[in-house]
Amino acid sequence: MSDELYQAKIVALAKSKAGAGKLTAPTKSARRDNPLCGDRVTIDVKLDNGKIAEIAHQVRGCLLCQASAVALASSAVGRDASGVAELRHDAERAIGREAGKAHEPFDAFEPVANHKSRHECVLLPFEALQDALKLPS
Amino acid sequence: MSFDVAKVRREFPILSEIIDGRPVHYLDSGASAQTPVAVLEAVWHYETTSRANVLRGVHRLAERATELYETARADVARFLGVPAMEIVFTGGCTAAINLVAYSYGGLLKRGDRILLSELEHHSNIVPWQLLRQRTGVELDMLPVTTDGQIDLSALPKVLTSQTKLISLAHVSNVTGALLDVRRVVDAAKSVGAKVMLDGAQRAPHGPVDLAALAVDFYVFAGHKAYAPNGVGVLWAKPELLDAMPPFHGGGSMIGRVTLAETTWAPPPRRFEAGTPPIGPAIGLGAACNWMAALDWTAAHDHEMGLVQRVLDGLQKIEGTQILGPASLQNRYPVVSFMLDGVHPHDVAQTLDSFGVAVRAGHHCAQPLMDRFDLDGTTRVSIAPYNDNGDINALLTGVRHAATTLR
Repeated sequence: MSDELYQAKIVALAKSKAGAGKLTAPTKSARRDNPLCGDRVTIDVKLDNGKIAEIAHQVRGCLLCQASAVALASSAVGRDASGVAELRHDAERAIGREAGKAHEPFDAFEPVANHKSRHECVLLPFEALQDALKLPS
Repeated sequence: MSFDVAKVRREFPILSEIIDGRPVHYLDSGASAQTPVAVLEAVWHYETTSRANVLRGVHRLAERATELYETARADVARFLGVPAMEIVFTGGCTAAINLVAYSYGGLLKRGDRILLSELEHHSNIVPWQLLRQRTGVELDMLPVTTDGQIDLSALPKVLTSQTKLISLAHVSNVTGALLDVRRVVDAAKSVGAKVMLDGAQRAPHGPVDLAALAVDFYVFAGHKAYAPNGVGVLWAKPELLDAMPPFHGGGSMIGRVTLAETTWAPPPRRFEAGTPPIGPAIGLGAACNWMAALDWTAAHDHEMGLVQRVLDGLQKIEGTQILGPASLQNRYPVVSFMLDGVHPHDVAQTLDSFGVAVRAGHHCAQPLMDRFDLDGTTRVSIAPYNDNGDINALLTGVRHAATTLR
């Protein structure tokens, strides 16, 4: 049994559920669905001068999507849209879509690189957050 | 009579494949079945001895191709117990339903009603929603029971004198539930409605007696019935096919074309515009012959014995729930389940690492997922070539997911 995808770091991220839930009175909120698998992510943010002050996520999806939402929420505070884009580059590097070495916590997703059908599971929380940040204030 | 599964397995070369050191435990036939040598040889024979377009050429290859194509139509017809000229080859099951929704739907008018159910595949929902947008027909839905069957007790409430068509899954692609067709047909007759069955999950499990079912339309997919991709079947009563306008326009479907107007060919050509999927259709004819040669009493017992092993094995794993009939009554070999605390995709991914292929997600049945407030299910779908080794690997993998992912 080569259980290479679900390594301890990914499982631990998902199980921590850090940042899971809703914000009361978020500045912005966006939901993204993956029409292929039905996964759904909702991201709430409170902004302070264009930077993320608080973030929360609700995931109805797989372990990879949950883990990615946790990693994103733990890294996004203090970042603006371009800072979030940098985090996304890190995630894309982890899953092999971009060259280079990913940093923590996104390096946890390196085992996903060989599973192309699961790449979108990792990226869905980014899609939701980036949608939220594009919403008019 | 015992069923020689080892003999059947030898007819499917892909089942001998080793991937990353593991044998293939293929339990995803409900998505796409594997293909026996007889079908591969039929397609190879066409491609290497008879490849040409059909109907239009006078050369010998075209004659051969046309002969093989029309023989395939006769083979499919025999599988369904109907005349060959009532068989329309389409690009798939979805294409067949869209054909009916467009062409038969074109005979309907604003205010006419079509009855579906909550457990239909999207391909038996969306074409009717498109028709509703075009023509103003109304859609009604039969509910689903807690054990995943279409609730036919609701028929008297939802059927009206305006209901023109009832279109339902013969077997659910999620729950495996078998429709009580007689009850549907009797109810339809009481209001003068037609009945269409989506046979995508039923046709791969043996010949279908359409005369006994007494329905008006039947559709199924080739690739789920051991044939190549890209071909499907529509059968309809001849008077309906005669009355229906074309779906697609183009070559082969015409009587006479002038720049002013065009007349239509009679069915089935009217509905086969352009070059049809010749090789896949020939493969489908061979697949129907392959299925017809199996002893389906024994094959069905074999399949349902495996279903029983799946149901028994899953029930021994804490936190599993079955979405579908709990017994073998009125079901076919499709089993959907949930594992508490583990997303279906993670179950399926773990199973893949054991060499087990299953499907996970909403199975193109999002309204059914909404009905049960589910993200999705993990679906095991069984064919005659599956054996106890496949089920053992499945249950080992589910147990592993249960202990490592929650």
